[in-house]
Amino acid sequence: MSALNSAMLLALLPELMVLALMGLVLIADLSGRVKGRNLGWLTIVGLVVVVLVSVSTAMPDATGAAVWGGTLKHDALSFVFRMLFLIAAALTVFFVLDVPALGDRGAFYLLLLASVLGMMLMAMANDLIMLFLAMETATIPLYVLAGFFTGRRDSVEAGFKYLLFGALASGFMLYGLSLLYGFSGGEVEFAALAQGLSKTQAPTWAVLAALMIVIAGFAFKVAAVPFHFWAPDVYQGAPTPVAAFLSTASKAAGFALLVRVALVAFPSGSLPWWGAALAAMAAATMTLGNILALTQTDLKRLLAYSSIGHAGYILMGVVAATKLGLTAVVFYLLVYMLTNLAAFGIVAVLERSTGSTSAANLAGLYKRSPWLTLATLAAFLSLAGVPPFAGFVAKVWVFMAAVEANLAWLAVIAVLNSIVGIYYYLVVLKVAYEYDPPEDAPPIVVSRPVVWALAALAVFIVIAGVAFGPWFGWGKWAAAALFP
Amino acid sequence: MNLPLLSLIIFLPIVAGTVMLLWPSASRDTIRRLALVTATITFLLSAWLYVRYDFVAGGYQFVEKYPWLPDLGISYHVGVDGLSAPLILLTGVVIFTGTLVSWNIDRPREFFGLLYILATGVFGVFAALDLFTLFFMYEVAVFPMYLLIVIWGWEKTREYAGMKLTLYLLVGSVLALVGGLAMVFAARENLGYLTFDLLELEKAGLSVGFQKFWFPIVFFGFAVLGGIFPVHNWSPDGHVAAPTAVSMFHAGVLMKLGAFAALRVGVMLMPEGAKFHLPWIILLTLVNVVYGAFIASVQQDFKYVIGFSSVSHMGLVIMGIATLNHDGLLGSGVQMFSHGVMTALFFAVVGMVYDRTHTRHIPSLGGMMKKLPWAGVAFIIAGLTSMGMPGFSGFIAEFPIFMGVWRYKPWIAIVAAISIVVTASYVLRVAHKVFFGPLPEEFKDIPDINIFDRVALVTLVFFLVAIGVFPHIMVPWIESGVNYVLTILGGA
Repeated sequence: MSALNSAMLLALLPELMVLALMGLVLIADLSGRVKGRNLGWLTIVGLVVVVLVSVSTAMPDATGAAVWGGTLKHDALSFVFRMLFLIAAALTVFFVLDVPALGDRGAFYLLLLASVLGMMLMAMANDLIMLFLAMETATIPLYVLAGFFTGRRDSVEAGFKYLLFGALASGFMLYGLSLLYGFSGGEVEFAALAQGLSKTQAPTWAVLAALMIVIAGFAFKVAAVPFHFWAPDVYQGAPTPVAAFLSTASKAAGFALLVRVALVAFPSGSLPWWGAALAAMAAATMTLGNILALTQTDLKRLLAYSSIGHAGYILMGVVAATKLGLTAVVFYLLVYMLTNLAAFGIVAVLERSTGSTSAANLAGLYKRSPWLTLATLAAFLSLAGVPPFAGFVAKVWVFMAAVEANLAWLAVIAVLNSIVGIYYYLVVLKVAYEYDPPEDAPPIVVSRPVVWALAALAVFIVIAGVAFGPWFGWGKWAAAALFP
Repeated sequence: MNLPLLSLIIFLPIVAGTVMLLWPSASRDTIRRLALVTATITFLLSAWLYVRYDFVAGGYQFVEKYPWLPDLGISYHVGVDGLSAPLILLTGVVIFTGTLVSWNIDRPREFFGLLYILATGVFGVFAALDLFTLFFMYEVAVFPMYLLIVIWGWEKTREYAGMKLTLYLLVGSVLALVGGLAMVFAARENLGYLTFDLLELEKAGLSVGFQKFWFPIVFFGFAVLGGIFPVHNWSPDGHVAAPTAVSMFHAGVLMKLGAFAALRVGVMLMPEGAKFHLPWIILLTLVNVVYGAFIASVQQDFKYVIGFSSVSHMGLVIMGIATLNHDGLLGSGVQMFSHGVMTALFFAVVGMVYDRTHTRHIPSLGGMMKKLPWAGVAFIIAGLTSMGMPGFSGFIAEFPIFMGVWRYKPWIAIVAAISIVVTASYVLRVAHKVFFGPLPEEFKDIPDINIFDRVALVTLVFFLVAIGVFPHIMVPWIESGVNYVLTILGGA
């Protein structure tokens, strides 16, 4: 192991800054002087500073370098994802600012930051040990966050359910990791693991089985079929901003790590049936997610199933295992994260104003709040994949990646699924635009910070949908880490 | 002069539409004036573009090309040829007249906002010379359509029909999208680079096997919007449920968009596939033409008559394309414009009658000529056009189509000709029942149409008669476009 040097510190600069921010938030909270929204503003400003400083000083080469004894990879792929997690966390805090009855906000922000730290390490993880450690660091705070409304039964239930599923999944995963470690002859680093497995004496089916057990852990994290069951209940019960965070940053972190494992440790063709298994998972995930979303009347459950569907589309890009595929995955996650944050932000506003998250509450939104209606239009149509909103091009890129990889059949399943998706998103818009508001409809109250956040997100959704060049460029840069 | 005329036409409506949507505090009159100004300018610009198109030189003109995503060979590439120039004009005509007849609509801010976003999508598809641009614009047109139907449509069926229409069209378009992507990658094998440019894809020399497999998927993907049998079912329901201006736009312009894209992407990029598959596809269009006319003739609902007549007439358009010969294509080109104007006129009149009587049940209507003489005359002119009477544009369109079909297989032309008789019978029956005969007591006091409606009717009638009497104000344009299609078909 090499001595500590400045390059290694620079590689971890964003993480170190997040740690420092956690300390700052803790002190501010304990001092008792920073109250109310100010603690949230401190977190937001801190996160923005971390992003700005990181981008200006800690930007890696595209192919990057393995640091800290090969445990972590500081490359374009991890960098892009780390910045995304920070931005998603900051936006989540915007939606948390005005949630009533949240209890101890200091603890909330601390846990959120701890989870972000874990996600950032997930994006960088380059060996099996860091993979597991990072994943647990990211997930354990989320169990607590999901149950943060301690006075509400469904919130506590959500936290507990998430914990049970999560513990099971990570148990599985750890077992699979240990098998892979054994089969490869004691390798932990991803690239070395691939080498070791290519020379293994173990039967192919056993390696495949071990890999599938590991994939179960990922499937839990990104809410892919058949480990998606937790998502609707947990999203519904958890505080809405936490559901937003779970469905965006947490899912993206799962994918950030999955692409590295799938493309570095198990490059396509290294194991028979592995690509087919992943393709089947993608098809099942998008189909089940979209079909189950059809019957949902609660917006949070609807978004939960829709996020399962989106995980299926993203998996398609992973299955393609090409540069275009990886570019598409990064682009999709960028767009999806910001769009879904907007959608959950809208739900949070609705919940605060009307006390429930039922879709029927949107009735007559066009009269009650024209601006919020426009934000809803942008967010839901982007999720549906309709231009000029960003979701359209994101979908086109993953479809393209699938067709390029000779997976036209998967692309056909995906486009048909996107039609199913359009149905339920349009129904939501119909309620907002067509129906008249009920007589006793409470006024929609949107606080100033939420207005800013939603406006910024809506503008981004349109810009990224029309001028997609720069964002695609980022995706390409990130993909260059694995496909130079 | 380097004015980007085509882009101006494409983007003016969406800019105006977005301004309206983002201006919740604007008064009703401000919005309506803004809408009328936008529609008028768009109409005049599209007419100017049509006039300026040099059909002697032919080919693509007013071309603009900017890189959009060079990594994947995507560019914003637009231009018009002899086939699309009349369709740009048609869109301009319908947006102008549609705005006029919607003067008293509820919630005008959202109505015109969405309608103009839709218009941009339509202009974009007609002008697109890049496959990505084409799909992008095609999908832009879809969601405003849905909202326009469910918000302002006929209460009884709007939710059902709006969703049905949207899903039909989207299933078609996304399957075509997969086919398009497959084409792009297959072309990369031959060209050595990735491109979405239609003009380059035309020269890519896709293998015959590839064309045979993908042609039906791409062709039908778009032809759904053209109302081809057996996937025409969305069209009568959708047109009936939609508010007047949207019916005009949908039957008048969007169905052409389907036929045009099927030609532009299906036939022109995969000519070998077209030659292989069109012989059976033409039989489907025969069903459209004849069956559509028969169904129209038994409808009791005024608007359904027009809805099914569109199915019948659009069948003729696709039938003409399917002949792949000069006469058939020429007739289809004229028919796209002629039917667009004619059906817009029909729906406008139906809307005017319905707004005043609140019924579309044909047996309950009568004597409207006394109360709405302008609408009655306009309806009769549209009816004569739809029968293919000489002196109106319908004749200029249908005559070459039948010639082309005769040249292809005479028996198809003979069977298709039945539709002319049936069309004459239902048009005359409806005209007689609704506009003549005794005026029912409850309609004694209905008001006549206003000046906006009259301007709209006169504009639409003008085109039907002008082309009927002076075919050379449109035929040379189409001719130059058809010649280009024929070189592709011959050269492949």
